[in-house]
Amino acid sequence: MADYLDEMDGIADEADPTVGDLEIQNYTINFGPQHPAAHGVLRLVMELDGEIVERLDPHVGLLHRGTEKLIEHKTYLQALPYFDRLDYCSPLAMEHSYVLAIEKLLDLEVPLRGQYLRVLFAELTRICNHMLNIGAHVMDVGAMTPNIWVFEIREQCLAFFERASGARMHSAWFRPGGVHQDVPLKLLTDMADWLDEFPSFFEDAMSLVIDNRIFKQRNVDIATVSKEDAVRWGFSGPMIRGSGIAWDLRKSQPYDVYDRMEFDVPVGTRGDCYDRFMVRVEEVRQSARIMRQCLNEMPDGPVASSDRKVVPPKRAEMKQSMEALIHHFKLYTEGFHVPAGEVYVATESPKGEFGVYLVSDGSNKPYRCKIRPTAFSHLQAMDFMSKGHMLADATAILGAMDIVFGECDR
Amino acid sequence: MANGAPIISSNEGVAAALAKSLGAAVLDTVEAYDEISFTVDRKKLPAVMDRLRDKHEYQQLVEIAGVDYPERPERFEVCYHLLSLTKNHRIRVKVTTDEDTPVPTVTHIWEVAGWLEREVFDMYGVLFDGNTDLRRILTDYGFQGHPFRKDFPLTGYVEMRYSEEAKRVVYEPVKLAQDFRSFDFMSPWEGADYILPGDEKSEDADDKGAKS
Repeated sequence: MADYLDEMDGIADEADPTVGDLEIQNYTINFGPQHPAAHGVLRLVMELDGEIVERLDPHVGLLHRGTEKLIEHKTYLQALPYFDRLDYCSPLAMEHSYVLAIEKLLDLEVPLRGQYLRVLFAELTRICNHMLNIGAHVMDVGAMTPNIWVFEIREQCLAFFERASGARMHSAWFRPGGVHQDVPLKLLTDMADWLDEFPSFFEDAMSLVIDNRIFKQRNVDIATVSKEDAVRWGFSGPMIRGSGIAWDLRKSQPYDVYDRMEFDVPVGTRGDCYDRFMVRVEEVRQSARIMRQCLNEMPDGPVASSDRKVVPPKRAEMKQSMEALIHHFKLYTEGFHVPAGEVYVATESPKGEFGVYLVSDGSNKPYRCKIRPTAFSHLQAMDFMSKGHMLADATAILGAMDIVFGECDR
Repeated sequence: MANGAPIISSNEGVAAALAKSLGAAVLDTVEAYDEISFTVDRKKLPAVMDRLRDKHEYQQLVEIAGVDYPERPERFEVCYHLLSLTKNHRIRVKVTTDEDTPVPTVTHIWEVAGWLEREVFDMYGVLFDGNTDLRRILTDYGFQGHPFRKDFPLTGYVEMRYSEEAKRVVYEPVKLAQDFRSFDFMSPWEGADYILPGDEKSEDADDKGAKS
């Protein structure tokens, strides 16, 4: 009791300090690398004042596999599957930048159907990725049910990937010159049916969180980022749009057939975690809209370029034609040669601007392939975003950033 | 337009206008594949970047990429990719350097440069003068060397495993169970720079008048 009264009077007890005593100092804690809310292998060294984050130092690189170095030792086609393994939550979006970079160096034209298929599946990837992030985010701040619901939708997306490419996640389906294989008509009609069904299911799941009091308390006004900060820290994707800048590479720098698509770019008003979350929710609806347009407008025709110096022939053709057999052999051993030069191609991946800086020396292997991850600039800003917030908010901030370490660490 | 790559605003006249504005700092201007790159004087880099951001509206530093050309006198190229959100345009600014000469930092112009410079330092050993936090970022704690240099082997020099005897993770020199296989898919008649298997016998064969 005496202790309690001393505390009331502000008399510090050196032997037995309590909250409010001057003796209590900042302390440093280690968050991760193995932590369920770290979304992979992230280590955060946090300096805390009580429960308030004073300083935060993210240690990344625990998943560094030297992808860029490995790519330098592979032919252009062999390097493609490495991109699936960067951001393993949205594999096709990673491939998109890479194939576009190669096509830019080769100045290779992709047939219209190939471009439509790419946009269709890039948007399906976006839905798939946002399902994971939305689910993980709501779970980080304490909701359980919506996560299980949206994972159901994600599972349906993965089933479509499997039907198109044979792989649920690491598709390696986009190829320089087009896509690997055409899809069966049944897949497209099933996808159209799914586009009619899943939005109501998704809206049901979202109605549980969007106006939920607890969810808002955990997200509104957490980690507010101004427009100026978003630009200076190199934000992109939902992070920059959450801060109120209507910047979407699909709109401003259209690639493939995005210039034919009609969609809206959602923006936030306050730049907090809730806005970033809501931008992703709206992007799911817009992606569904783009997918419907793709399905309506998709023409018939070849899905890959007929340039046999880049795109291998079909197997049936190889049974008949000696030349096709030679092309196939050459492309799968030596690979194609890409003219010397350097390009930087960036696309709007679900997480932001994903860029590939490709330097070619004219041989069959990339001389240098620098990957611009989205997570690098976002995670770097974590220090100033978390400053002054509670320890528990760090998980909400991290969840709203949408970080995957395969891509961050490469 | 043939390929499907992203379309940015026209490059028409941009390279000339920027080169004029930046003056003597620009050593070389290249416009290829619809992209503009400037090679600038290393010492004048911060001034150039300042000018590009404030006068020419290149607000965002998107990426810093290192490239290694071991045959050049200054082997490293550091490429800064800039993006203008208002003009919807991209440019590339390059500086060259070697192992010992530091490049001036741009962290005071863009905060995001901090980690990007750390990455180039980690991977290539390029030093950045003025970056107060030039620690390694992607490689392991206590890593030696700079893995993305062209003379660094793909396998690396050390490997780690958990040692049951020592009850901890130990680092050992790399031991390959089989030779590292570097496939060469180039056609031999397109100029292989090594002796093809069997060709070493050709001198004896010439004496006998037979050639395979």
